Amino acid sequence: MGLELRPPPTRDRRAGAPPAPVAGAQAVSAWRARLSWLDIKASPYLYIAPFFLLFAVFGLFPIGYTFWVSLHDWELIGGREFIGLHNYAELMVDTDFWNSVVNTFGMFVLSTVPQLLIALVLANLLNQWLRVRTFFRMGVLIPMVTSVVAVAIVFSQLYGRDYGMVNWLLGLVGVDRIEWQADKWSSWIAISSMVDWRWTGYNTLIYLAAMQAIPRDLYEAAAIDGASRARQFWRITVPLLRPTIIFTAIISTIGGLQLFTEPLLFGSGQMGGGSLGQFQTMTMYMFENAFRDYEYGYGAAIAWVLFVIIILASIVNFLIIRRLRSTS
Amino acid sequence: MSAIGTGPRPLVLPRPRSAQRRPPRGSSALWRASPLTYVTLIATVALSVFPIYWMLVVATRTNDVVGDVPPPLLPGGNLPENFQRLFATEPAHFARGLANSALASGVVALSVMLFSSLAGFAFAKLRFRGRNALLLVILGTMMVPVQMGIIPLYMVMVKLHWTGQLQAVIVPFLVTGFGVFMMRQYASQAVPDELIDAARVDGASTIRIYWHVVLPALRPAMAVLGLFTFMQTWNEFMWPLVVLNPDNPTVQLSLNQLNSAYFTDYTLLFTGTLISTVPLLVIFALFGRQIIGGIMEGALKA
Repeated sequence: MGLELRPPPTRDRRAGAPPAPVAGAQAVSAWRARLSWLDIKASPYLYIAPFFLLFAVFGLFPIGYTFWVSLHDWELIGGREFIGLHNYAELMVDTDFWNSVVNTFGMFVLSTVPQLLIALVLANLLNQWLRVRTFFRMGVLIPMVTSVVAVAIVFSQLYGRDYGMVNWLLGLVGVDRIEWQADKWSSWIAISSMVDWRWTGYNTLIYLAAMQAIPRDLYEAAAIDGASRARQFWRITVPLLRPTIIFTAIISTIGGLQLFTEPLLFGSGQMGGGSLGQFQTMTMYMFENAFRDYEYGYGAAIAWVLFVIIILASIVNFLIIRRLRSTS
Repeated sequence: MSAIGTGPRPLVLPRPRSAQRRPPRGSSALWRASPLTYVTLIATVALSVFPIYWMLVVATRTNDVVGDVPPPLLPGGNLPENFQRLFATEPAHFARGLANSALASGVVALSVMLFSSLAGFAFAKLRFRGRNALLLVILGTMMVPVQMGIIPLYMVMVKLHWTGQLQAVIVPFLVTGFGVFMMRQYASQAVPDELIDAARVDGASTIRIYWHVVLPALRPAMAVLGLFTFMQTWNEFMWPLVVLNPDNPTVQLSLNQLNSAYFTDYTLLFTGTLISTVPLLVIFALFGRQIIGGIMEGALKA
């Protein structure tokens, strides 16, 4: 590291200064030198201390403690009892939990795949010479600056059974009213559309940035060879964008597996996620156990399993990235 | 833990910003957009804006419109009355929610800017033992899903007697790993070593160097970080739901309260969502370019 090799400037240059004629001045400069030495040695730690202190208390400790809690039958009132891995064993045969896992992955796929595909197409459209370029960029990004709660409220109203605009529009083309909350597939679609609406623009801009980094001579050469725009898109743009696509897929994985606010508000604030748990996610299930039923131990076990699932998903993504690197 | 939020977070390091803001010359000059492109993009923007516009329509009308066929598409004149009704709705504590959210988001944003820039400066420009290892630790903290620690964090709050109090949604988030890392990336490029050396030769202490040399150079990135942190804290939902009570809510909890009512009063609810969204829209209108720049340079997670 270049920085490591630099001589410590203050100390050296002070030491190289001509000796002061008066003893008192010498003492003062020695004291100053020590002070500045202390400053150089200690201040880095001082500056990073706030992060590490806060993280230790509000981050690291809770995460470790979660595991400890998960080994107990730990409730709000009535103390606690060490039960080893019993919570985990119970979780493995808990059909409500597996229902929430299926729901989470279902909505994750429904929200991520269209989102990334649409973003790719939009980015390709934006990657041209455009009038009012900034207007279009801000236009696609605006959903991201609204709050999740507001989005969920507005969409839930639009998906209302009797007066919602979606059912009205569907009615115009002869589709019967749908009670969106009632079934798995309909509630998944409704909730996924909220996620799509909010995040497509963000992914679009990430793709756009990556597309702008592709050298234009590649396209020029392809055009000379007679490749059409569509062909250029599939043969040049998409392959070169693969690392970015995987990056966005990872981000969406981590975000999607923690889905919470949209389904919660879609179900009018109930943790159950519909009458039969049609759209209860893993995080909602954790929340229900920990903060509605005050089963801290069981909730903590869910948190850890969720963590492991996210790590596994990330490892899968990492392996894909590494493989792509080695083939290209 | 860096922040409690449901948004996606990056696994890959954000790319350092280059001093030059322009992206490398790419293909954008190669093609001219066809009319079809414009039509598609305009339709997309319309779809993006419509739910926000719909908020405005419902918020400015009476509850009768909810059943109208076809639905009304223009705003009405009922906004002032809906305002009054909203702030008079006892269980929502909407005014209190707004004030709480503004205070919490402002304090968190300022604090994240200060502490992140200090730590980022230390990691980018100062030499100390364990620097690289500690930086790795910070990166690691960015990857931990937020739900992990929420139960014990709640227990900590119970022990501190902070449940139901605003500091519970402020103090754990005063500095984030993401902020530190972003500032570190920016500082290593934006602040020349020579400038710091020169200041040292002049006898400036480290804190003076931070204040007079580093801080001015970091200002653009700090502004974006501050805006983003403000918006993120304003939108926070899950942790406030855990730790606060309905009678001392954030604005998002007020909305949840209105939404969970047995009979949903839509004009009231939409007036609330409109008010809660306006500050974000104002920020976006004023600083949209910077926010887009931040996302496209890979420096911002969302």
